[in-house]
Amino acid sequence: MTTALTTPWARAVTRSRLFWPAVVLAALLLGNLAFTPDFFAIHLKNGHLYGSSIDILHFGAPLILVSLGMTLVIATGGIDLSVGSTVAIAGALACQHISEAADPASLGTVFGAIGIALATAVLLGTANGVLVARVGVQPIIATLILMVAGRGVAQLITDGQIITITSEPYKLIGGGYWLAMPFAILLSGLVALLTALLTRSTALGMLLESVGGNPVASRLVGIRAMRLVGLVYVFSALCAAVAGLMVSSNVSAADGNNAGLWIELDAILAVVIGGTSLNGGRFSIGGTVLGALIIQTLSTTVYTIGIPPETTLVFKAFVVIAVCLIQSPNFRAKVAKRGAGRHSGARPAPATTTTNREVGA
Amino acid sequence: MRQQPVLEVRGIRKEFPGVVALDGVDFRLFPGEVHALMGENGAGKSTLIKVLTGVYPADGGEMVLAGERVRIAGPLQAQQAGISTVYQEVNLCPNLSVAENIFIGREPRRLGLIAWAEMRRRAAELVRTLDLDIDVSAPLDSYSIAVQQLVAIVRAVDVSAKVLILDEPTSSLDRDEVSQLFTVMRRLRDQGVAILFVSHFLDQIYEICDRMTVLRNGRLEGEYLTSELNQVDLVSRMIGSELAGLDQLAGGQRGERSAPAAGPAFLEAEGLARRGAVEPYDLAIRPGEVIGLAGLLGSGRTEAARLLFGADHKDGGAVRINGTEADLRTPRDAIAHGIAFCSENRKTEGLVGELTVRENIVLALQAARGWTRPLSRTAQDALAERWIRTLDIRPGDSEALVRNLSGGNQQKVLLARWLITDPKLLILDEPTRGIDIGAKAEIQKLVADLAEKGMAVLFISAELEEVLRLSHRVGVLRDRRMVAQLRNDGGLTPERVLATIASGAEQ
Repeated sequence: MTTALTTPWARAVTRSRLFWPAVVLAALLLGNLAFTPDFFAIHLKNGHLYGSSIDILHFGAPLILVSLGMTLVIATGGIDLSVGSTVAIAGALACQHISEAADPASLGTVFGAIGIALATAVLLGTANGVLVARVGVQPIIATLILMVAGRGVAQLITDGQIITITSEPYKLIGGGYWLAMPFAILLSGLVALLTALLTRSTALGMLLESVGGNPVASRLVGIRAMRLVGLVYVFSALCAAVAGLMVSSNVSAADGNNAGLWIELDAILAVVIGGTSLNGGRFSIGGTVLGALIIQTLSTTVYTIGIPPETTLVFKAFVVIAVCLIQSPNFRAKVAKRGAGRHSGARPAPATTTTNREVGA
Repeated sequence: MRQQPVLEVRGIRKEFPGVVALDGVDFRLFPGEVHALMGENGAGKSTLIKVLTGVYPADGGEMVLAGERVRIAGPLQAQQAGISTVYQEVNLCPNLSVAENIFIGREPRRLGLIAWAEMRRRAAELVRTLDLDIDVSAPLDSYSIAVQQLVAIVRAVDVSAKVLILDEPTSSLDRDEVSQLFTVMRRLRDQGVAILFVSHFLDQIYEICDRMTVLRNGRLEGEYLTSELNQVDLVSRMIGSELAGLDQLAGGQRGERSAPAAGPAFLEAEGLARRGAVEPYDLAIRPGEVIGLAGLLGSGRTEAARLLFGADHKDGGAVRINGTEADLRTPRDAIAHGIAFCSENRKTEGLVGELTVRENIVLALQAARGWTRPLSRTAQDALAERWIRTLDIRPGDSEALVRNLSGGNQQKVLLARWLITDPKLLILDEPTRGIDIGAKAEIQKLVADLAEKGMAVLFISAELEEVLRLSHRVGVLRDRRMVAQLRNDGGLTPERVLATIASGAEQ
């Protein structure tokens, strides 16, 4: 572990915040290869791409979306537990609208459904933002309200039933293909790109990191923290709503009970694995995307290597613990020290550069 | 008398990403002495202390404690080995009681439960040995920082200290508290405790210390008996060849500050007040004028300044800027009016530690522009490079994390942040506290230059010499009231200011 990396680029790569998440993802993927030799194989069938890696991207798309919003919320030192409920509400509203429309397959109906879902998300996000930024409720409590109540709202919308719909254009969002790729992959990729642009080519990223890193100093430096924090909760709700559209579109149904269930926890995990601290401050969009992919790969792995269903969660838990430890610089330093201590012992002291010593005691 | 040193380190080396903080430093500490560790900011004093106390592992070198080679792997081990530390910032739990703080982690127990009565009794005894009159069952944060500091020392001493390290313990104490501390230090020294003392106040060093070790740029400059090295030589060894600005330190200049041309005030405060913070006060600052605020700790200096910046809400009074009433409800309002404020708490209220030097420097300017109008990376780099050079911020790497910089350099980053916003009024709250003599002189010179160029400056400092050297007028605060505003026309002496503070009326 202590081998000196001499070339500057190698050092830059290992120091990069994305290095360890990327290593973990690569290891998981290669692990799959050992069990499934054709794991990386991609086929073109009927003009659509198929393969395990495509599946991971496809099924991971909603999680990526939710995690993107979560990243910015966590960067401000907050947390958004309500995203799962927002996923359910958005899907329920969209499917409700389509199922009641005269022509479920018309573009107008589908855009109407999307519009309703997104507008509601803005409303929900604003509610969270006002509670956190203006009223000053702790984020975990403020968003817990909507997490619990939102499930109820979603079930009210669907009347406790699962609404099934048939709408070809709506199906595209989560289950369709475009340019041979699942549309969901393209959509989540696009949102990730936009998020990166939004934060890094404006000053939004830096100001959010400042607010999360030191709220007191940020106020004294004149940052309008209230507005920024409110904004990220709206953004998080919007991301969750798009994920909700995706989930309901993929199965052509809205399930108020189970859509997006526990996705907030996976999203938080993805953000943390991606190298963003729960204390707020520095965040990494690329890291979050990798984190979400790690979690999705893990879920896929459970099926491909045939872990018995009753041990699935335990297996996942162990992998997550391992991933978090590998990512911790402190843990790596400890392991390195152990390793080094075994064969080298104390390093020689450098020559002293004493000048001008006077001794008296 | 030749003795074995109780603690000796040889060739200690410590590196941080991009910085060699300690480069082969030797250091020895004898029992029954008070030993000063001297050096500019960034010379490696804090790092050496953190290596001695196991907070940082050393990258090289060896350490001998009471004749045995040791490897100290953490603060707890250091404590068990008999090395106790009291840091610059009080590292205690403000919400716990004084007694709990003294015994935290080693509470007296009976049958596995904490023996509360015994703990309080023993705490009270310990506190009494320091002649402190405090209730040990009261929460620590009900006392002033100075008392909290003394509690930290009580704790450190009680943890069976062979070696007691005091890192800037006096920077937030007033005169009486300092002499109280020194009494305790002398008593401990006579008992054979080795005390390592770090302070930026040279007078205190010469009053209490027997020997000193001087560091410069992470290297050992030398070890001297205090009686054999005079102050001027010490300072020149600390800052090396760069002796510029020393004449200023020697105390020249003072009283020669002519008032700027009379003209309309930039800012006028009338009856500005906040309950529990500061009584109604009036203040007028003209462009090019430096106004000092003097007063003891807790006299309302900082509170008065925070009202001018909108950092706290005022209860009454008004502020006029350039003759028109301005409603400064938030710092953002004040910044929009050209007011800048460097807080005395660099870490908690100033810098964002995990952001880079560049980001910290452009933060105020960027905040004023809003997130939708970003400064280009090129512009940020240019600003950061220019101010790193102008203020000689070290290391000169704009991508270094601010939390890895030393106190003086952090202060310069904070100054740079506000100077790029081109403020009309610069409020500096203790800008030279806890920083070394070289950086201090630089900052003082900078303040004078800025005022020369027409900036109004409100300068708050606990050091009267410094206030008098820079200010045209001095506002004196006592018990949260502005009791006098003295013209610094040559006849103003620290004694007169002190007398004003003491009597509460103009002398």
